[in-house]
Amino acid sequence: MDDGTAVLRDTDTGAGTVAEAAPQPDRASQRPGSALHITGLNKRYDSGFRALEDVDLDIRHGEIFALLGPNGAGKTTLISIVCGLVTASGGTVAVDGHDIEREFRAARSRIGLVPQELATDAFAKVHATVTYSRGLFGKPPSPAIVERVLRDLSLWDKRDERLMNLSGGMKRRVMIAKALVHEPRILFLDEPTAGVDVELRREMWELVRRLRDDGVTIILTTHYIEEAEEMADRVGVISQGRIIVVEHTTELMRQLGRKQLTLHLQHALEAVPPSLHAFGLELSGGGRELTYTYDDTSDRAHIPELLRALDAAGIVFRDLHTQQSSLEDIFVRLVRDSNP
Amino acid sequence: MNVHAVRTIYMYELARAWRTLFQSVVSPVISTSLYFVVFGAAIGSRITEVDGVAYGAFIVPGLIMLMLLTQSVSNAAFAIYFPKFNGTIYELLSAPVSSFEIVLGYVGAAATKSVILGLIILATASFFVPLQIAHPLWMVVFLVLTAVTFSLLGFIIGIWADGFEKLQFIPLLIITPLAFLGGTFYSIDMLPPAWQTVTLFNPVVYLISGFRWSFYGLTDVSILASLVTVSAFLAACLAAVWWIFRTGYRLKA
Ligand SMILES: Nc1ncnc2c1ncn2[C@@H]1O[C@H](COP(=O)(O)OP(=O)(O)OP(=O)(O)O)[C@@H](O)[C@H]1O
Ligand SMILES: [Mg+2]
Repeated sequence: MDDGTAVLRDTDTGAGTVAEAAPQPDRASQRPGSALHITGLNKRYDSGFRALEDVDLDIRHGEIFALLGPNGAGKTTLISIVCGLVTASGGTVAVDGHDIEREFRAARSRIGLVPQELATDAFAKVHATVTYSRGLFGKPPSPAIVERVLRDLSLWDKRDERLMNLSGGMKRRVMIAKALVHEPRILFLDEPTAGVDVELRREMWELVRRLRDDGVTIILTTHYIEEAEEMADRVGVISQGRIIVVEHTTELMRQLGRKQLTLHLQHALEAVPPSLHAFGLELSGGGRELTYTYDDTSDRAHIPELLRALDAAGIVFRDLHTQQSSLEDIFVRLVRDSNP
Repeated sequence: MNVHAVRTIYMYELARAWRTLFQSVVSPVISTSLYFVVFGAAIGSRITEVDGVAYGAFIVPGLIMLMLLTQSVSNAAFAIYFPKFNGTIYELLSAPVSSFEIVLGYVGAAATKSVILGLIILATASFFVPLQIAHPLWMVVFLVLTAVTFSLLGFIIGIWADGFEKLQFIPLLIITPLAFLGGTFYSIDMLPPAWQTVTLFNPVVYLISGFRWSFYGLTDVSILASLVTVSAFLAACLAAVWWIFRTGYRLKA
């Protein structure tokens, strides 16, 4: 399976179906095989609810992959199956080439999981609970590694504190420390920055980058679109249990990102002059704003023509600005288009 | 075998007992002492002897069993219920540990606590009554076998329980009555014949009888029957645990 290509649906931007993604400067390491390989994954809960339908996904070694989707899309379900918390109803999952059922030891020892919900043993002390996690994953005790992880997460001063005496953000750090202390090769962060302040969020992004530089593959889910846009090498969009698109972040922005050019006019217009109809302009702001919407990839060339046409029509503007649709806009559109 | 993991779980669980030392050790010791005061001293002054053994001494094996059963069940049940309740079970389920290793860690720790507790109660009892132990090795065998078996039962209850009521329900409503009616405070031939027959369906009778035999050489039922009963119960618990992990019952969605 070539994960560089992704099936995109036609969208209202007219971007069309993407045949082949352009070659990307690949930050991911060049190790062969995939960090995570999922084929035909299905999950039907006991309630009868189908949380995942035929999910195929291939994650490369060393990349940061963001899984985006609305509430209830199936992100946590997907992660939980990979990590062994939920049993799949069908399909296969391999972690670094190891099947999660048949070779569960090899698969799981490579994985670190920071779940969405804060779950802590309130009475345990920070140092003890982190040391515990390392042992549980079969690694020999290493006070040096425990110390390094605690220091990396600014928890060293709190090492003898009971978890119940920590703030929510601190508890989340402890959960990250627990997930990192056995030196996983693949880290799952299920909404790592939900309910986290700006400071901690930035620290977390730094941590993720550091880990990636060490070759750790990171799969995160998030509702903060800027986070995916800023952090992820690739983005997968999931909705109602189906993966709608998997694409390089920049490529996705390029292909689906609509741009808008807004012109602030000197004098109000009653209507768009007929000579400009071909551009599909929108008039707003009491006739003082003209908005031109164009596709970033193909329509850029029309801007000079538009400006010339404006000049010819005697329309004077005193200011202009452009704006690009965020991943959020793209995401909302993708979801809407896939559920007509 | 993930030896590090088993040791980690085992040590963590023992450390947790240390944290709750009072609850784990002191309170059973106090309640056992109260039994001695009430049953040993007050009633014992009237009964004096059962089958040639002073009444105070006669009830010691039964009291140890009573504590062993209830503490094994509640320790192990709470140990596995707790991570389920606070959500930290996710870590156990996502770790590269087999179900056997999980059971070994949890049940091992719970059984260890119970055995230590049993020995502490034995030491406490020796302050109240003169004790003799005819078959020390067999005493330890019964102690360990019972602790392991009932810790397994507790482990099953802890997984099955989805609320604190259920967690306390079985120990309170089943184990305690069975233990009280299991011959802790009397020899079953002190009962009317009809009740003697009913009593033979109570597995705890066999445990207490076997355990008491290791002290005084007296039995209500044959020593072989005692061993077979404990072993059968152990096998049943093992089968249940095996089934739980195979199906993910109450552990995985
Ligand atoms: N144990 C369960 N039994 C039945 N249905 C469940 C169970 N767990 C999750 N679901 C359902 O499966 C769907 C997917 O849930 P999931 O937690 O994977 O979503 P999510 O994408 O992580 O959402 P969020 O962004 O809110 O975390 C939801 O509709 C949820 O109600
Ligand atoms: Mg979720």
